[in-house]
Amino acid sequence: MSLYIGSIVIFCGLLLALSVVLEIAARFFVDAGPFTIDVNNGERTLTAEGGSTLLNVLTDNKIFIPSACGGQATCGYCKVRLPDSSIADVLPTEKAFLNRQELANGTRLACQVKIRRPLSVRIPQHLLSVQQYRAKVISTVSVTHDIKELQFKLIDPPTMDYSYGHYIQVSIPDPQEGAISRAYSVSSPIDQKDVIELNVRLHPARGKIPAGKGSTYLHNLKVGDEVIITGPYGEFELDTDPKTELICVGGGAGMAPMKNLILSILEHIPKKPVWLFFGCRTRADVFYLDLYQKLSQKHPHFKVIYALSEKADDHWDGETGFIHLSVDKYLPDDLRAQQAFLCGPPPMIDAVTEVLLDKNMRPERIFYDKF
Amino acid sequence: MDSPAFWVILLAAIFTNNILLSNFLGMCSFLAVSKRVETAVGLGLAVVFVCTCTSALNWIIYYKLLNPETSWIGLDLRFLSFILFIAVIAAFVQFVEMVIEKVSQTLYLALGIFLPLITVNCAILGACLLLIIRQYDFVRSIAYGLGSGLGWMLAIVVIAGIRERLRFSHVPAALGQTGIVMIITGIMAMAFIGFAGMISL
Repeated sequence: MSLYIGSIVIFCGLLLALSVVLEIAARFFVDAGPFTIDVNNGERTLTAEGGSTLLNVLTDNKIFIPSACGGQATCGYCKVRLPDSSIADVLPTEKAFLNRQELANGTRLACQVKIRRPLSVRIPQHLLSVQQYRAKVISTVSVTHDIKELQFKLIDPPTMDYSYGHYIQVSIPDPQEGAISRAYSVSSPIDQKDVIELNVRLHPARGKIPAGKGSTYLHNLKVGDEVIITGPYGEFELDTDPKTELICVGGGAGMAPMKNLILSILEHIPKKPVWLFFGCRTRADVFYLDLYQKLSQKHPHFKVIYALSEKADDHWDGETGFIHLSVDKYLPDDLRAQQAFLCGPPPMIDAVTEVLLDKNMRPERIFYDKF
Repeated sequence: MDSPAFWVILLAAIFTNNILLSNFLGMCSFLAVSKRVETAVGLGLAVVFVCTCTSALNWIIYYKLLNPETSWIGLDLRFLSFILFIAVIAAFVQFVEMVIEKVSQTLYLALGIFLPLITVNCAILGACLLLIIRQYDFVRSIAYGLGSGLGWMLAIVVIAGIRERLRFSHVPAALGQTGIVMIITGIMAMAFIGFAGMISL
């Protein structure tokens, strides 16, 4: 009996002693801060406790870096530049998201940077104007069998200054992780500063793939519900020259940025020629076609082409086949001066990009949003 | 048992009975962190420190708490030796990790996962167990721990030096990064046999 008690006492006692020693050592050696974090060369100075991640510190200080995965290094959105950082600091979890140029200029994923010393960080200017908003659902309309058009009225702050092709992030309550973020393109025109409109496709559970958390949440919202959104985000820069043609190609649920671009351009730069190519699977997936047809009758510079990839019925007078075939068919062979905005599933983006490059479009003039 | 003197054990543990080259203990971090001399020296120093301290501490724990003939309590708790030795090593590695992170961020990042993995570096546990098997007294145990750590460090620094040169030579593709290191380690071990006649444990 004494053997059992003795061994338990010795074992626990020794572990306890070691833990106490380590705890005391930690007091002496671990620098818990606070550290100063310099944002954009003195524009703002934050203080942070040691050990927390840069992304959390920035969010706590109302600087909203885009992040869809909530700090797990799976989305690769939260890129910031640390001028003092070297390639040796980059963790293996980040390497998959950084290209050679980004590795060389000190770009890191903010969610993977642990604060252990004073830092200097460069954040793109447009992200500093990103704010967190409380918003209320004012309308939900099913535009197809699986896509909903949702409108949010901003409450606090009351307006958002978003621009061409921008997107926002919706905070989605999650029982496991507290809250996660999902990004959605804004579909309302840029003048409508107090109401944000989104097009959200429902992703139901399919086999072993669970239902999309963001789309399920948004599809279940009712008029009057409140949501938290952050924005505006966006890297797209529209060429505002009225002579430059804009080619919009969307597919599936990739309609939201197109609607924003087209409505805004027709309002502000009515002389600018715009093409809209939109690919759907069947007649049931087509939406907003009437709206665009009316607009194109009013605006001769705006041309709209819808294509169905699966069988079309007799009443369908649009194109058939994948959308990149229509892009190839309608556009001239020399697209040196044009600009393109693509939004849709990756195979569609890849196919359309290939067609555009074949037609001599410059790669830097093609902007895309793959999802 | 008539044990050899302090300095004999120290030198023997470094050269003739090098824990890595004669017992092939601690191979994983030896292969993984031997690309640059600088990091090899850093890891080597950490191993020397942990190995020396844990040898002394584990000797005390074994003879004063666990071994029924010499302990203060007189119970035969020797079956606890493995788990307690590892606990002591783990605690020391935690301690070293804190110190390195404080002193040198670069070294901390360069060592990466291999710093916490010193915990399971078999060279250290091997040294602790061998000094019990060979029945060294306290001072000789420290000599053996220090010698084993230094011997391991010597081996990893030498191989890192060779690997730095190796970058400029044409290694057959099939040997890759690690295959050639295994072969060099074997040749190094054979070279160390040259010391064998000088002193022995």
